Amino acid sequence: MSADAATHDDHTPSLWDWRRWVLSTNHKDIGTMYLVFAIFAGIIGGGLSGLIRWELMEPGLQVFTGEDTGWGAIFGNAHNYNVVTTMHALIMIFFMVMPAMIGGFGNWFVPLMIGAPDMAFPRMNNISFWLLPASFALALMSMFVPGAGADLGFGGGWVLYPPLSTSGHNGPAMDLLILSLHIAGVSSILGAINFITTIFNMRAPGMTIHKMPLFVWSVLVTVFLLLLSLPVLAGALTMLLTDRNFGTAFFAPEGGGDPVMYQHLFWFFGHPEVYILILPGFGIVSHVVSTFSRKPIFGYLGMAYAMVAIGFIGFIVWAHHMYTVGMPVDLKAYFVAATMVIAVPTGIKIFSWIATMWGGSIEFRTPMMWAIGFIFLFTVGGVTGVVLANAGVDQSLHDTYYVVAHFHYVLSLGAVFAIFAGWYYWFEKIFGVKYNSFLARAQFFFFFIGANVIFFPQHFLGLNGMPRRYVDYPDAFEFWNAVSSWGYVIMLVGMVLFFAVLIDAMIRRRKADANPWGEGATTLEWTLSSPPPFHQFSELPKIK
Amino acid sequence: MTDLYGEAMRFLTALALTWTTFAAGAFATPGQPTDGALGFQPAVTPIMEEVTSFHNILLVLITIITLFVMGLLIYVMIRYNRKANPTPSKNSHNTLLEVVWTAVPVLILIGIAIPSFPLLYLQDEIPPEIDFTLKATGNQWNWSYEYPDHEVAEYFSNMIEEEDLQPGQLRNLSVDYPLVVPVNATVRLQVTASDVIHNWAMPSFGTKMDAIPGRINEAWFQATQEGVYYGQCSELCGLRHAFMPIEVHVVPQDVFDAWIAAKAEDEYSEAADTIIAEYTAARETRLAQLD
Repeated sequence: MSADAATHDDHTPSLWDWRRWVLSTNHKDIGTMYLVFAIFAGIIGGGLSGLIRWELMEPGLQVFTGEDTGWGAIFGNAHNYNVVTTMHALIMIFFMVMPAMIGGFGNWFVPLMIGAPDMAFPRMNNISFWLLPASFALALMSMFVPGAGADLGFGGGWVLYPPLSTSGHNGPAMDLLILSLHIAGVSSILGAINFITTIFNMRAPGMTIHKMPLFVWSVLVTVFLLLLSLPVLAGALTMLLTDRNFGTAFFAPEGGGDPVMYQHLFWFFGHPEVYILILPGFGIVSHVVSTFSRKPIFGYLGMAYAMVAIGFIGFIVWAHHMYTVGMPVDLKAYFVAATMVIAVPTGIKIFSWIATMWGGSIEFRTPMMWAIGFIFLFTVGGVTGVVLANAGVDQSLHDTYYVVAHFHYVLSLGAVFAIFAGWYYWFEKIFGVKYNSFLARAQFFFFFIGANVIFFPQHFLGLNGMPRRYVDYPDAFEFWNAVSSWGYVIMLVGMVLFFAVLIDAMIRRRKADANPWGEGATTLEWTLSSPPPFHQFSELPKIK
Repeated sequence: MTDLYGEAMRFLTALALTWTTFAAGAFATPGQPTDGALGFQPAVTPIMEEVTSFHNILLVLITIITLFVMGLLIYVMIRYNRKANPTPSKNSHNTLLEVVWTAVPVLILIGIAIPSFPLLYLQDEIPPEIDFTLKATGNQWNWSYEYPDHEVAEYFSNMIEEEDLQPGQLRNLSVDYPLVVPVNATVRLQVTASDVIHNWAMPSFGTKMDAIPGRINEAWFQATQEGVYYGQCSELCGLRHAFMPIEVHVVPQDVFDAWIAAKAEDEYSEAADTIIAEYTAARETRLAQLD
């Protein structure tokens, strides 16, 4: 067969050889596995959010009734609702966005963009990936073992605050979750070491640090955040584990511990974590905007160092998640000031993207639509962030749906839109086939409208006082909740279209060009075939 | 889904109602959420009035910024698309522009900080002249209250289940033994918890304070309007997190004095409940006549 001859030439193993995947040391194959894993986790995480919107569509208990009949027999009670919100968050963060951006696009395109043959530590790359399914399995198992009393699963929120996560959940569900997050953390730390080594040591001759593509910059900043913040989470989780099982009292006031100390440790990790989720998106959007404007990115150095600044400031603002714990007022004032500073580098990025488009020759291909959508929606999420930064107002908005709306604008509409921009930008490069851009654009419109209908009304709910993580709400919150739930239905259509694009592309298999985007696409991955050869850059490219 | 037409009509009616009432300014019943509302519940404490007016400034600012970014995006999409501008410029630097879009946001942020910090300190610093102290303890899943200055023993305040609701009571908000405070009194609130973390939140007062086992947090409020105010637990605390609401009655001083005297005798005193019920009924009649 001719296919065999081709594979023999570049030593490409067969797609159906299990060793190609399980024992893989190839950054592109591992990247593909990360992407498939993220899609799989996204289906589960998105399904859980469907249960949330279904429950909240009307006042009263619809789904999590706690009765032995009807939906209650399947989905359980209000505790299980809490489990669903908790797992929705953890799955979307640790098993969808991070694997897609860093594991998927990072693995695929960091080596390609810097002209390297592979990652620095290919075998470590393999273990980084394969720890994730193990971690995910533990997280999913935790939903089906006792958590609080006889109720299954851990329902204490993704922040895992003690004492609810220690004395409040006596069952093994929380222990499984701790183990799961430990393993996910190890996976990410190994990945971070790999990326840092690769980016520092394996750039092609002539590619100085100030010539690196912005996506590589964004991944570099992201993995530094991972490397520095995850050990703190690991420490906090270990203290939770020993508080639960070995009689320590790090966070138990009756033993001299302090529950608030956990919150400081958690958010010292948690705040950098939210930048970990969004920074690679900044990188992707920069490339997409530049490519389809047919212009080099505006203010390259400012863009790169804005990300460095965001990463740095991200470490010194953590307690703005904790304005209501009773901190000293001067400390609150410090965190207000530090938090507002983040708006400056973020503003630089937004304006630089627009300036890149200014004077350009813009083509509205599918990835560009997602990128423009990203810029606008991220702005909306950003300005509500400035509102929340003010502790005085946050006093009224903390733990309400306003916060839910804010972080879904920057994550569900920010990070996810950036992922789809990257997906449709690199789809042909990754899979070597074209996709139906009409369906993909239709998906964009359903997502754009649906996500806004879901999340914009949640600002109103939050301002009017609806607390988050509520299985049932006073009748006066019905209207906007109903609107929000209908928005989910619109977004669901978009999700169906996503799979339609995928299936259509896989069935028709139209051969992709090496560079479908023309002269605007200037980074090294477009100099290779689509898909790239199994091993690339055996002879290193020279950068002028 | 069963009745799409009904659903649509309900949507349109609520939308029309929302906007007309919003425009009229006569928006909502104080102390509770309003269906279709777009903003804060009406403020009844000095703190919440400050929060509301500060938020109004912020809302205008962020709306302008968002519209500005949207306007720029729409402009470049029209002016610089491939048809309108086939040849892209090669321009990728403009130092002055970069300085401007760094400096202007800094100035805006300073402008925000100027009203922000005084509000923060107003909330946090308890006035030296307080009238009395009130202690709230969060439990799974109810609140218990003490009036240490009036020697009222701790009593528990549970949500009224849906099937036991009386006319006028609100589902998921009304409780059996509410808090009662005198109008215009400056109250120091001490908050703690007995098991896991809870949060004592009262939207119309602008009060939100974590109830954390092992520590006592302090806040203060001064309710300037008589009425019944509702709040809800605002820190995830387990199974019945959504079902441990907070109800505060703000009453004239003499009603409060009578109530607290009955309460000091017996913390679950029926006489105390009657005092509040009679006062509330009289007030409602009076308000109905005003309408």
